[in-house]
Amino acid sequence: MATLWFCLVAFMLATYVVLDGFDLGAGALAPLVARTSEERDAVLRSIGPVWDGNEVWLVAAGGTLYFAFPALYAASLSGFYLPLMIVLWLLIGRGVSIELRHRVDHPVWQRFWDSIFFVSSLLLAIFYGAALGNVVRGVPLDAHGRFFLPLWSDFSLGPPSGILDWYTLLAGVAALAALALHGALWLTLKVEGAVGERARHLAGALSWLVVATTALLTLASLATQPQIAQSVAARPWGAVFPLIAVLGLVGIVFYRSRRRDGHAFLASCAYIAGMLTAVAFGLYPYVLPARPASELGLTATAVAAPVHGLWVGLAWWIPGMLLAAGYFTYVYRSFRGKVSPASKRISSSP
Amino acid sequence: MRDALIVHRLQFAFTITYHYLFPQLTMGLALVLFLMKTQALRTGDPFYDRAARFWAKIFGINFAMGVVTGIPMEFQFGTNWADFSQAAGAVIGQTLALEGVFSFFLESSFLGLFLWGEARLGPRAHWATALAMFVGSWASGYFIVATDAWMQHPVGQAMDATGKIGLGSLPALLLNPWALWQYAHTMSGAVITGSFVVAGVGAFYLLAGRHGDCGRMFVRWGVSIGLIACVVQAFPTGDQQGRMVARHQPATLAAMEGLFETTEGAPLALIGQPDVDRRRLDNPLLLPRALSFLTYRRWGAKVSGLDAFPRDAWPDNVPLLYFSYHIMVGLGTLFILLMAAAASSLWRGGLYTSRPMLWLLMLAVPFPYIANTAGWMSAEVGRQPWLIYGLMRTADGSSKLVSAGNGWFSLLGFLGIYAVLSILFLFLVYGQIATGPEADPAALASPAAA
Repeated sequence: MATLWFCLVAFMLATYVVLDGFDLGAGALAPLVARTSEERDAVLRSIGPVWDGNEVWLVAAGGTLYFAFPALYAASLSGFYLPLMIVLWLLIGRGVSIELRHRVDHPVWQRFWDSIFFVSSLLLAIFYGAALGNVVRGVPLDAHGRFFLPLWSDFSLGPPSGILDWYTLLAGVAALAALALHGALWLTLKVEGAVGERARHLAGALSWLVVATTALLTLASLATQPQIAQSVAARPWGAVFPLIAVLGLVGIVFYRSRRRDGHAFLASCAYIAGMLTAVAFGLYPYVLPARPASELGLTATAVAAPVHGLWVGLAWWIPGMLLAAGYFTYVYRSFRGKVSPASKRISSSP
Repeated sequence: MRDALIVHRLQFAFTITYHYLFPQLTMGLALVLFLMKTQALRTGDPFYDRAARFWAKIFGINFAMGVVTGIPMEFQFGTNWADFSQAAGAVIGQTLALEGVFSFFLESSFLGLFLWGEARLGPRAHWATALAMFVGSWASGYFIVATDAWMQHPVGQAMDATGKIGLGSLPALLLNPWALWQYAHTMSGAVITGSFVVAGVGAFYLLAGRHGDCGRMFVRWGVSIGLIACVVQAFPTGDQQGRMVARHQPATLAAMEGLFETTEGAPLALIGQPDVDRRRLDNPLLLPRALSFLTYRRWGAKVSGLDAFPRDAWPDNVPLLYFSYHIMVGLGTLFILLMAAAASSLWRGGLYTSRPMLWLLMLAVPFPYIANTAGWMSAEVGRQPWLIYGLMRTADGSSKLVSAGNGWFSLLGFLGIYAVLSILFLFLVYGQIATGPEADPAALASPAAA
């Protein structure tokens, strides 16, 4: 049962990254692809109807993690206190910038929110990568299953360790590259005119950057966390997850060059989902490995809630997810089609 | 360690108090908007669509504020209250996850269509998005109240031999009798905020001599809905909530009422200042025997005072609890009087031209916010010294490895960011009110995306 919920939470988090990933990536690329205020507005309009729903996956995954693995929720959120607070502030700033930019028709106002949108999107992408890097590397758990990490110490893997070291920074850069590529493919698909063309052009360069960071990060991860190699050795079928990521990456390069924008975007979704599930598979049975004392690592069974609640959760989780899938299909269909920078937002509409 | 505990408490208190300024209007306006859209659909009168479009703009700004200040709340259970989360997550994680899965997905999906999709959806489908917003926001309220109700009156959990808390029964958790009354009381409080805001903006337009048709409608709707909500707030919901406190948290009742000594035929203190060291109420204005009657329906019933409980079972801030509760009840009573007077003036046909009444309605807008905040403070300060009533003390629930310094860092950060948010919110809402509910055919021809 704990394993099942481990898979379900991993699924929700991967869905979150795939969905919110493209709007984060679009934000991180906005200054490069959009030169005029109308173009920047078009970038925002391409994510406007969906970003909030995408972000709900984070909240829903958080809630699910909370009831299925309360001890993990307690340990990781309090241990990652400082970066989490910064992430919360960035999420606030980003949400406000998307919702408020278009409410006042003034260049200074819009410039300001464009900057907030760009900076918060960029930093969130890096922080998410670094967060995942921390989980892969392991944290200094004590005998009570708790830890606290400063933002940085000497940038080595420790001890003493910090949130940011060379490995987690590499993970942050890799995440930024992957989400920027994801966002570029989204903009290629959704925005007409020069913005879409610039995004297509950028996606070409980014896809080779992602190939490089993926290779580098994979080697670094194998060196940093021995559990990954052990997992693959013990359950060779798990190689399917990295395979999905590699196929996704190949698909991005292949379809982008043939201007099959929808396929390229879906391949990017597969790449991200493959990378994240590969990490989840590689760490299992650990949900939070410990470093340096690896025997103190938290396993899924050790941190899971009592089993009755997990069964009850399944009873509402499945219909709830079906409903959510229904809403998402409906919303994405309602807002299908391309956004054009030429058709200006009507200023009197809300 | 104690320093850190105080910072954790301050941060949660501040962020939740600030957050709830927005959802109360969201939930109140969601009902009003749904009723306006229903009226528009029923009568086919575009006037109601125009009114709904105006309030949808304010709803949109308010909703965004609620979302961005709400995301930190869920995560703060883990960041600042790790020991509590580890102990209670198997239970309250259920209600919080239910909220995410059943409310937030619904709201976030249909908010865009509700705000931007009127032209492309047609009247019926657009009405349905208003219904989805109403259902989503009110369901969200229920899951949160059920979470708090479990901390106030824990039911539905199962404890194993090691003392580990698990879920015993989800129906018992969701149908906690405490949650049912607390929900009704909270929701009518939200409707009071919504209706006072609607009436207040309407009164402003009438006083300013602008947008008269909409102004009259806002005042009429605000006063009618407000009167019902104000009465429901006191009876039955407030009354039942109070009796629930008397039954399950008797020390809290005594502190709320400022009753230091156990008394038969206990009086109700209308005003006065509690002096905890001397165990008395200074300058009291008392209504004889009223507290006994309100609590037990008998004028001579015995009501336990704080002296009936050991000192460490008292809520740890008696004066704050006493004043929160008295501010809530006092304002609630004034709201009934104000709305009754406005309604009688409305029915006699004089309200739209009665400048004193319109001034009162306009200036009354901040007070439901104060009353709702004071009500939540009564509930949460009254729960002390317990984090989960009878099961876990507040001092035992915080994150022990998060130092006071790190707590101050984040608390000060939130103070700064929320100060900026307040300015933005007031600036934007003022802008909408200043623009007013003009007929804007442009909105009907609004293009594809947001």
